[in-house]
Amino acid sequence: MTNKIEINTTVNGETVSRMVEPRTNLVDFVRYDLELTGSHVGCEHGVCGACTIRLNGEIVRGCLMLAVQADGGSVETIEGLSESGKISDLQEQFLNRNAGQCGSCTPGMLLTADALLESNASPTRMEIREFISGNYCRCTGFEAIIDAIEKTAQTRQKGS
Amino acid sequence: MSGTEGLSIHDRPNSYIGRSIPRPNLPRLLKGRGSYADDVKLPRMLHVAFLRSPYAHADIVSIRTDKAKGASGVIAVFTGKEIAEVCTPWVGVVTHLEGLRSPPQDALAVDRVRWQGEPLAAVVAESRAVAEDVLELIEVEYSELPLAVDMESALDSDAEVIHDEYEDNLCWERNIDVGDVDAAFADADVVIEEEYRFGRHTGVTLESRSIVADYDAGEEMLTLYQSTQAPHMKQALFAKHLGLEEHKIRIICRDVGGAFGLKAHAYGDEFATAAMSKILKRPVKFVADRMESFLSDIHARDHVVKGKIGVSKAGKILAIQIDDLTGIGPYSVYPRSSGMEINQVLNLTGGPYVFENYKARGRVVFQNKPPMCQYRAVGHPIAISVTESLVELAASAIEMESMEMRKLNMAADDDYPNKTVTGIPLENLSHQASTDKLMEMVDYAQIREEQKKLRKEGIYRGIGFAALIEVTNPGPAFYGVGGAPISAQDGCSVKLDAKGNLIVGTSITEQGQGAEAVISQVVATAVGITPDKIKVISGDTENTPYGGGTWASRGTGIGGEAAAKAGRVIRSNILDVAGILLQSETQTLDIRNNQIVDSEDGNERMSVAEIGRIVYYRGDTLPKDFQAEMMAVQHYFPKNYPFAFTNSVHCSHLEVDITTGFIKLLKHWAVEDCGTVINPQNVDDQVRGGVAQGIGGALYEECLYNDKGQLLNGNLADYLVPMAVELPEMIVGHVESRTFDSDLGAKGAGEAGTAGSPAAIMNAINDALSPLGAKATRQPFTPQRILEALGKV
Repeated sequence: MTNKIEINTTVNGETVSRMVEPRTNLVDFVRYDLELTGSHVGCEHGVCGACTIRLNGEIVRGCLMLAVQADGGSVETIEGLSESGKISDLQEQFLNRNAGQCGSCTPGMLLTADALLESNASPTRMEIREFISGNYCRCTGFEAIIDAIEKTAQTRQKGS
Repeated sequence: MSGTEGLSIHDRPNSYIGRSIPRPNLPRLLKGRGSYADDVKLPRMLHVAFLRSPYAHADIVSIRTDKAKGASGVIAVFTGKEIAEVCTPWVGVVTHLEGLRSPPQDALAVDRVRWQGEPLAAVVAESRAVAEDVLELIEVEYSELPLAVDMESALDSDAEVIHDEYEDNLCWERNIDVGDVDAAFADADVVIEEEYRFGRHTGVTLESRSIVADYDAGEEMLTLYQSTQAPHMKQALFAKHLGLEEHKIRIICRDVGGAFGLKAHAYGDEFATAAMSKILKRPVKFVADRMESFLSDIHARDHVVKGKIGVSKAGKILAIQIDDLTGIGPYSVYPRSSGMEINQVLNLTGGPYVFENYKARGRVVFQNKPPMCQYRAVGHPIAISVTESLVELAASAIEMESMEMRKLNMAADDDYPNKTVTGIPLENLSHQASTDKLMEMVDYAQIREEQKKLRKEGIYRGIGFAALIEVTNPGPAFYGVGGAPISAQDGCSVKLDAKGNLIVGTSITEQGQGAEAVISQVVATAVGITPDKIKVISGDTENTPYGGGTWASRGTGIGGEAAAKAGRVIRSNILDVAGILLQSETQTLDIRNNQIVDSEDGNERMSVAEIGRIVYYRGDTLPKDFQAEMMAVQHYFPKNYPFAFTNSVHCSHLEVDITTGFIKLLKHWAVEDCGTVINPQNVDDQVRGGVAQGIGGALYEECLYNDKGQLLNGNLADYLVPMAVELPEMIVGHVESRTFDSDLGAKGAGEAGTAGSPAAIMNAINDALSPLGAKATRQPFTPQRILEALGKV
């Protein structure tokens, strides 16, 4: 057992202060210490993307970041992005297109899709495939996910 | 009784059958509000980590746990022997696979370990991290034993025999001999022989196996929050081996992060977790990490098949012969057995075709690798790849278009009911309509023309087909007759609340395939209530009727029919009340959009909510001799056919880079016939997801072992699964041939994609390679194997 370290961070807009073991990774901190279980753990070695979380506005692998690295930073999870409404149009398209089946990859997939659309407002289907290729989905064959992201981009384009 | 009570669900007004309405349980998953087993946190909950054998075959000489027991944060340490005192061993045998044998298996290995990754001890601690740390303090002395790793030499006379009680490593052998294959081969104009290999892969559910066991010493009751697909089966198994009555076990299976068959089996670490909770009288959580998932989840496939086909010059199939060998690890898996896959291979080979001579041998062998068992599309990819490749090769030998040869040998759509060559009944298939539909979707002539042109530029594209039959809606013949506590029937309860909503309990489970959506749409249709007023409960043995769960493509066909029946009863009961209140003949009334209406003209008379209010709060206004029954429970299992076979046909278009051996999938088409389609979008995505999983096995996924039985690629960086960039666009079409075994008429759809895509891909690869005189028959078709086929390495 190691000595715990204090970290102060903002999680989904709320100030959080906790003592954590230095080895605790960010997604375990979010899931088990803060009980925000929407971020999932799939592989714990940075391949599957289920633990995708936003740290200081960038998507990161929650299993490859330590909780202490979030000290002084701002963390956003699927719960926060859902409450704020930031990704509500993506969620609506995912719902209509059945782009989530078991739901394991879904939170990470939504955060990744949101990051894509922030950097590329009208991606091609191949660009969508490439951008989400770090997010493993065993259920859908990805086509519904690509359809939903594409539709969201198109709807945003029309709306702007 | 109302006049419309006897109507088929297909004649209901305002039907939700065949409509792609969003799944009711998806919104919370999209918000990160799912509830998976690892999300469960209970007071005083502990965490367990398992010590797993580093050797594939060794005697456990001694285990010392005193150092581990003294470590900070540790509550308990258990060895296999200590767990065996609480949890009895099991035997993974079903009696209807006659002669199949497997020795007793303990939850944790006691004296000997038989695969790398087999659990043999456990640390229970305040956190998972501490439990894992302390595993290192357990001191085990092993004595390594000779190994039987390679299944092809496991039956050799000098092979290491894994179980002392047996004389060799044979688990089971089945032989089929129909007609006279030798005579038929002698008569054939062309005989083709080929050997096919199918690598060992695994399920890789994104949510790993997870369980929280909570033994309540006051109630003497064990509650298990588990990621599973067969709650009642698990209830029966945990009760049997932990010495509890079944009603003292509750399985709660909330959200399941993918299952694919992997979560329908008994796992020693899960039983040990439950045993530890019973011993410690505290909740204990076990969540497999990814590395241990690779070592402890069931593996799949692992077959070598020698296949032979004889055809006439005119293209008629005269005989098929196969010899299949599969390695299943050291035990037949409990309780479904590891014989079922090869049984399916033998039953399904040649499935779409009418022919008279068939000979098959299947041998199942023990080996020092993780246990192999049923995984999505059990046996199908093997049988279909072998059959469809042989058909393709035979067609090529007689210079016939392979699709023409397929059509020539398929039974006509109006020739059903029919039987397979071994006599398995086929009720209602549509090979002709499905292949016609596929050929309308695929621009075959244009692809062939383009192929010819590109070959001149050194670009090798191929197109391949695969037709198939698939087992769905299994009845008791599947497992029950073999003595396994696996229900073939399912139930549905429907309860009207006081506001006119319906609370529905189903015994089928939701793993993401849309089971709850299907039940909601069926009940909505059967009753006349809108889906927004329906709440479906699944995955709880205390709050749902008894049933089998969701596996073997059975949820919609069996659970859906139970829902239709229960909906019909509650509707009739509601109309009985309405008839009294409205002083109308119930025959003249109907329920539509939550209203009691005159069935003739649809005029609204009163709301269903008003019925709820009166029944529950103002029973005094109803006649004294009348008792309203606002809850109905109905059950169903298929009675006329042991299985509802479906059929599909696939087409793969791809490009092989002959310099690197890489394969690029260009497009995939699938037409499948699952009978009544409840939610078309859902079904299409089941097919697509299934195709993707088949692609995984065909091109990327393989558990690689060395000769010491050590897994070489047990992580997601080295074990490749298909991701978005690897997968093609997939076009799905349907033909609907209902089963008449139920009113709903639905068959299963969950496995057709996985069943057919590997065969279509293999045929497309060999089509691409054909001008180069190369042939690839070993799945997965890695770049290395393509280059080997081309003679380049």
